[in-house]
Amino acid sequence: MTVFTGSDLTCLRGERLVFGNLAFSASTGDAVMLRGRNGAGKSSLLRLMAGLTSPRRGNIRWQEHDIADDRIAHRARLQYLGHQDAIKPVLSVRDNLRLWAELRGVSDIDGEIDQALRALDIHHLAHTAGRYLSSGQKRRTALSRILLGSSDLWLLDEPTVGLDRESCAELARLIASFRAKGGIVIYSTHIDLDVTSPTILDLDQFAIPMMEWLADQDDADETDTGDNHPFDIDQGKQTGATI
Amino acid sequence: MHRFAKPSVFLKLTGAMMPWMVTLTVILTVVGLYLALFASPVDYQQGSTVRIMYIHVPAAWMGLFCYIGMAACGAMSLIWKHPLADICARATAPIGATFTALTLISGSLWGEPMWGTWWVWDARLTSMLILLFLYLGYIALVNAFDDPERGSKAGSALALVGAINVPIVKFSVDWWNTLHQPASVARMDGPSIDPSMLAPLLIMAFAFTGYYFIVLVLRVRLELNQRRIRALQLSGVFDDRAPTSGDDSNLAYDQGHNAGAGK
Amino acid sequence: MNAFVAILRRDLRLAMRQGADSVMVVAFFIVTTTLFPFGVGPEVNILARIASGVIWVAALLAAMLSLERVFQTDYEDGTLELLTLSPAPLELLVLGKVCAHWLTTGLPLIMAAPIMAVMLNMDQNGFATLMIAMLIGTPALSLIGAIGAALILGARRGGVLVSLLVLPLYIPVLIFGAGAVEAALLGISAQAQLQIMGAILLLSLAAAPFATAHAIRQAVE
Repeated sequence: MTVFTGSDLTCLRGERLVFGNLAFSASTGDAVMLRGRNGAGKSSLLRLMAGLTSPRRGNIRWQEHDIADDRIAHRARLQYLGHQDAIKPVLSVRDNLRLWAELRGVSDIDGEIDQALRALDIHHLAHTAGRYLSSGQKRRTALSRILLGSSDLWLLDEPTVGLDRESCAELARLIASFRAKGGIVIYSTHIDLDVTSPTILDLDQFAIPMMEWLADQDDADETDTGDNHPFDIDQGKQTGATI
Repeated sequence: MHRFAKPSVFLKLTGAMMPWMVTLTVILTVVGLYLALFASPVDYQQGSTVRIMYIHVPAAWMGLFCYIGMAACGAMSLIWKHPLADICARATAPIGATFTALTLISGSLWGEPMWGTWWVWDARLTSMLILLFLYLGYIALVNAFDDPERGSKAGSALALVGAINVPIVKFSVDWWNTLHQPASVARMDGPSIDPSMLAPLLIMAFAFTGYYFIVLVLRVRLELNQRRIRALQLSGVFDDRAPTSGDDSNLAYDQGHNAGAGK
Repeated sequence: MNAFVAILRRDLRLAMRQGADSVMVVAFFIVTTTLFPFGVGPEVNILARIASGVIWVAALLAAMLSLERVFQTDYEDGTLELLTLSPAPLELLVLGKVCAHWLTTGLPLIMAAPIMAVMLNMDQNGFATLMIAMLIGTPALSLIGAIGAALILGARRGGVLVSLLVLPLYIPVLIFGAGAVEAALLGISAQAQLQIMGAILLLSLAAAPFATAHAIRQAVE
């Protein structure tokens, strides 16, 4: 059953058009791998899916409901891993994780944290302060965060950065077991992650040149950075005459 | 209403209105200045220094008016997320700050002959000074970001917070002033004003308003055109003149895509 | 409400581990206040006359300087992004963070204020009002300042900028805070001033979390 869909998505970063007319869909148990060159909008798309940003055009739906209509419900069902690990240097690994467990309303906080730490093989670091962790250990701590509480959707932005080969295999196992429970995983990665039969979404296909997009705005009711006639010289002359 | 807020419609509409607005404002300014400087009566106490009022009071009104306008634009940008509202708020700030500064300078010039000192911590002047600070904070904030859109949005939020604060500041400064003010200082304007003085005052106020709208439109047009240039630059249309320099990976990318689209 | 407690507890724990922040704020407050006798001369009458104003201005500056960091570190290490993505309302989380900020900076300032009042020869009958006024005023400072601290996230020259944004907004608190103490020193009831300060506190309590949350969402966008 198709659960998570997006249609006609256009994304602007600053004043730069990242991608346009993008569509995706994911069913329960799916894995979607985002591919594309630097700047193709992999992170931007994941942030759109998380609801951190809003698309300039188009919408994203979860079971036919626009995620913009009920952001709290969407946030409750998703786990997001960004570029940064969000680890406080002065707090222990356990204390770092505790906040996220509490915010998700987990009842057995210590039990879940233990379980998550064991799954990432960092249980021995539970009482180590964040500042003593290596970058790989920090990444694993961040990954164990997404195991806390129940969720239906994982949005992982370059989850393998800083991970060694064994950790990558562990991550692949975690993704597999999450999918087996019906979870949807959407991720971007530069190295091969051993995920079985992921759907591949190539963002390079959805890049549209700015000019084309500006011209397309003719039909739209509202424009933003653009204008109907980028080359309209008459208007330029008028400006000159009035100054 | 969104149709008029569309940048291209805005450019066309304001382009057509501009000559009329300029003509009207010039006429109002000339008539207003003549009435204020020559035709209006001299105050029996203050002599000709009372004529400073015809600049000072409209400038003060405009200082407040611009801030209200800025906050209204900020509210519009928050509610309807229309980029033109952000641009208008951003374009209004320096004009409002200038009017406010003009109020302070003319007030100071007026104060010297009247009070014998350049600055008095009078409630009105102090409120205007704080208003100037609010303007400066806004201007500093919108220009502090690398992404202009982010700056405008932060500015809109600040303008709204400031607008809630303006009446509170006004009230507290009045309160503070009545507590500390020595009673001997004369009020800047009496309780009632003679019609012969009111007419030039109002005409000057309209002239200032006209000036505000002209400068606002010019600044918004400038910003829209700058954005258009940036959009064209980002789209790579300027790159083909010098394919070896600059961001040529972008160019190759766009060309590749165009070829693909043409098939 | 759990979310409020969770973030409050984490921020307090962070403040305790890092330690220095609260001490620095109080030290800044004391040093700034100490500058005034050097500036205006050690004459007892003059110092007693300006004491309440000086203490309030120094408290304002101390609160403002510490505010810059409230969201900055969370913004830089990605925590703020995750907080906006947590199922708890961001307004509540903001309130928790502001509350933690007040407990770690506002409260120590209130403790330090009477000491400085003694050193500036303030009359004894103003002490209680000074403490009460600061008890009402400093949470308002934290709340209003949080808006400024959130607005400057990601900006160049954040530190100087926040003072330019926030200090004009602090003026009403300063006027009524100092006014309350002055009234008490003159032997008049300071009730009116304290009530107005209470109104300012309530208004900022109602508006500031929303404005701050809005600014944070813009920053992480």
